[in-house]
Amino acid sequence: MTQNPTVCAEVAAKEKELDAIVTKYKDTRGKLIPILHEAQELFGYLPMEVQLAISKKSGIPLAEIYGVVSFYAQFSIYPKGDNKISVCMGTACYVKGAANVLDEIKTELGIEVGQCTEDRKFSLDACRCVGSCGLAPVVTINEDVYGKLTPEDIPDILAKY
Amino acid sequence: MAKTIAELQKIREEKKAEMAIRLDRVDGNGKQCILLCGVAGCASSGSLKVADAFEEAIAKEGLGDKVDLVKVGCFGLCAEGPLVMTTPDHVLYSHVTPEDVAEIMESHIKGGNAVERLLAGDKVQEELEDALPQIPFFSKQKRIALKNLGFIDPENIDEYIGMDGYVALEKVLTSMEPEAVIAEVKKSNIRGRGGAGFPTGKKWESSAVVQDDPKYVICNADEGDPGAFMDRSILEGDPHSVIEAMIINGYAVGSHQGFIYVRAEYPVAVKRLGIAIEQAKEYGLLGKNIMGQGFDFDLEVRLGAGAFVCGEGSALMHSIEGSRGEPRPKPPRSSEKGLWMKPTVLNNVETYANIPQIIRNGGDWFTQYGTEGSSGTKVFALGGKINNIGLVEVPMGTTLREIIFDVGGGIPNGKKFKAVQTGGPSGGCIPEEMLDVAIDYDSLKKMGSMMGSGGMIVMDENTCMVDLARFFLDFTVDESCGKCPPCRIGTKRMLEILEKITSGKGELEDLDNLETLAESIKTSALCGLGQTAPNPVLSTMKYFRDEYVAHVVDKKCPAGVCKSMVRYQIDPDTCKKCGICAKNCPVGCITGDKNTPYAIDQEKCVKCGMCMEKCPFKSVLNNA
Repeated sequence: MTQNPTVCAEVAAKEKELDAIVTKYKDTRGKLIPILHEAQELFGYLPMEVQLAISKKSGIPLAEIYGVVSFYAQFSIYPKGDNKISVCMGTACYVKGAANVLDEIKTELGIEVGQCTEDRKFSLDACRCVGSCGLAPVVTINEDVYGKLTPEDIPDILAKY
Repeated sequence: MAKTIAELQKIREEKKAEMAIRLDRVDGNGKQCILLCGVAGCASSGSLKVADAFEEAIAKEGLGDKVDLVKVGCFGLCAEGPLVMTTPDHVLYSHVTPEDVAEIMESHIKGGNAVERLLAGDKVQEELEDALPQIPFFSKQKRIALKNLGFIDPENIDEYIGMDGYVALEKVLTSMEPEAVIAEVKKSNIRGRGGAGFPTGKKWESSAVVQDDPKYVICNADEGDPGAFMDRSILEGDPHSVIEAMIINGYAVGSHQGFIYVRAEYPVAVKRLGIAIEQAKEYGLLGKNIMGQGFDFDLEVRLGAGAFVCGEGSALMHSIEGSRGEPRPKPPRSSEKGLWMKPTVLNNVETYANIPQIIRNGGDWFTQYGTEGSSGTKVFALGGKINNIGLVEVPMGTTLREIIFDVGGGIPNGKKFKAVQTGGPSGGCIPEEMLDVAIDYDSLKKMGSMMGSGGMIVMDENTCMVDLARFFLDFTVDESCGKCPPCRIGTKRMLEILEKITSGKGELEDLDNLETLAESIKTSALCGLGQTAPNPVLSTMKYFRDEYVAHVVDKKCPAGVCKSMVRYQIDPDTCKKCGICAKNCPVGCITGDKNTPYAIDQEKCVKCGMCMEKCPFKSVLNNA
C-alpha cells in the first residue's frame, strides 16, 4: 500500500493524541467506532494512514477497520473543506424543494456531492434528516443552520464564509 | 451525593409548587417565568440568541428575583419557532427575535400587557384568556410521551423529579417484584413505538425468562426515518424519562447494563443525555445500590455513524459491538441472543418515555386511550406541505383528517391535499379517500403503509407520486447494507425502472416488472429494511396508478415535477407583460416587452420553474 508522505507526517505529528484516544478505550467493549469518531475529530478524516496507525496501536486488523470505515456514511477517507455544507435530503426537505437548493449550491461551487472545492474552502454533502423539519428545506454549514431556503438565498449565504 | 428516598421526596415537594405555577396557572409567589424552547427546530431558528437577550434584559432590569428564564423542550409547533411562553398567564409567542425581547419585557413582563403582534395561534385577543386549550393544535392532543416537553428544563434533574420523576422507579424498587413490573407493562398493551409495533411487555418477558448473565437493555435512538424527529425532541427535552424507564426495564428483566444508541447527527441530544446520566449518577439513581434498594444499573451512550439500517435491532447491536451494522437472520431472537450473544431487550425512545407513567398510573390507565389493538397515544412528526409543522401526540384511533386538518391546520397556500406518507422509507402513501380511517398499527398496515416511527409527510397537488417513490427507492438503495441480494440488487433494479419512467422512457411493461420485483423483495429480503422497501412503490401504484400511466403512456408528469417531461409556457392572453419572469430567469431565455407578451425559448429553458413561481398573474403554465 502506497502511503502519502504528507499524511504520514501529519499522523506522526499527532501520534500522542491518537495514542491517548486508543488508550482511553482500551477496556471498552466494541471500542472501534468510538475510536474512529474521535480520530476523525482529530484529523478531520480517516485516510488509510490513520487507519493503519489505529490498527497498529489497537491490535484490530486493518481489514476490519476499513470495513467499518467504509460502511458508515459519517466516516470519510477523503479530506473535508474548512466549511462543511450539508444539504438535508430528508423527505420533508425534499418535498419542499431541497433538490433545487442542492442544485444551486452545486452550480455556485462547481462541485458535486461528496466533493471539496479546490481551495478546500467548502465541501458538500447531502445528508439524511437533521430533524429540523419545521424549517424545511434545511442546509447546515458547520454548526450554523439555515432554514426555509430557496435557491436565491444560496449566494448570500455562501458569501458569509 | 446519592440521595435517599426521603431526600428525593423532599426535592419533589419543593419543586412541585414551582412546576404547578408553570402548568396550572396558579398564581404562586408572584414570580413570573419565561419558558423558551431551546431544542431542535427552535434552536435551529436562533432561540438561544433570544434566550441570551432575555437573560441580559432580566439582569439589566434587576428582575432576577421576580422573573425566571427556563430553556425547555419542544412545544411542538416547530415551524413557528423560536417559541416563548410566559407563565403564570400562559401567553404563547411565536417567531420571537432578539429584537423583540425589549418590547416583551417592557410591555408584558413589566406592564402586564401581552405583545399582540407576536402572539401565536390566531393572534387574537380572546385567545389570551385561555391560550393553550383554545389553539386547536393543542386541544385535540393528549400528551403522555411528550408530557414534560416544553415545561421542564431538561438539564435540571430536580425539575424532572418535581414532575413526579423517578416516582415509578421508587415504586418498582420498593414494592414490586420484577414479574409484577412486566405484568403491568403487559396489561397496558403498549406496542413498540419504533416501527413494527411488537408488544413491549411480551418482549420484556421473553428476555426475563432466559437464564443467562449478563443481560442487556438498549434504547434505540437511531432515529433514521427522514421526517421523524420525536425521539430527538424527547431526548433533548426530557431525557430523564428515558433513563428512568431503562432502569425499570433493567430491574424487570434482570439486567445491570444499558446502552443508548443515538445517531451522531443529534449532537444536542447526545450532550443532554450525557448531562442527565451524570446527574442521575450523582443522585444515586444510576450505579450501585440504586435508592439504597440493592439494585445496580449502569448506562452508556453509544454513537451511531450514519447508517439507516442500524435502526434494525440486530444491525444496531452489531454496531455497538464495533462492527459493520449488518442484520442477521432470526431466530434466535435478540431477547435470547442479542448483544454479544447475550439476552437483550431493545426499545425505542418513545416507548420508554411512556413506561414511567404506565408504572405510576397502572396499565389500565393507559388502555383508556387508543383503540383495542393499539393502546395509548402516538407522537407524529407532521412535515411537508402542512401549516402546523411539528410534533403532535394524539390518542391511537384518531383519524388522519383530524391530525392533518384540525391539529395540523391543513394545507398551506390553498393547495389541494393529495396524499400523506407515513412510516418513512418503509411506509406508504395514503390518498384522500382514506383520510377518515381511524389510524393505529393495524389499520395503517391494511392500507399498505405502516406506523413506523411516526413520521407524517403531507403532500399537495404539486408532488409527483412517481418521483416520490423514486426518491424513497434512491434512499433505500443508498442505505442497503448489501448483505442480502434481494435488497442489494432488487431495490437497485426497481430504482432503475423508476428512473426510466420519470425520465420519460417508461413502457407499460415496466409497471408489471416493478410490481413483480416489489412482491418478491418483500418476501425474500433478510431484514425489515428490505422487506418494507417496496412499500412506497406498491402503495403509490395502488392509489395513484393513473399518474404512473400518465408518465408511461402520455409521457407527461401531471404534477409538473419530472423535468424531462415538463414544458413551461406563458399564456399570451393572461400575460400582463410585467417582465418579472424574464428578470428572474437564470438563463435569460424569456423575451418580450411592454407591447409583446413574454415567451419562453424552449431550446434554452432549463426547466427550473422560477418563472412560474414568480409570475404574479399565474400566466406561466406547465403543460404536462
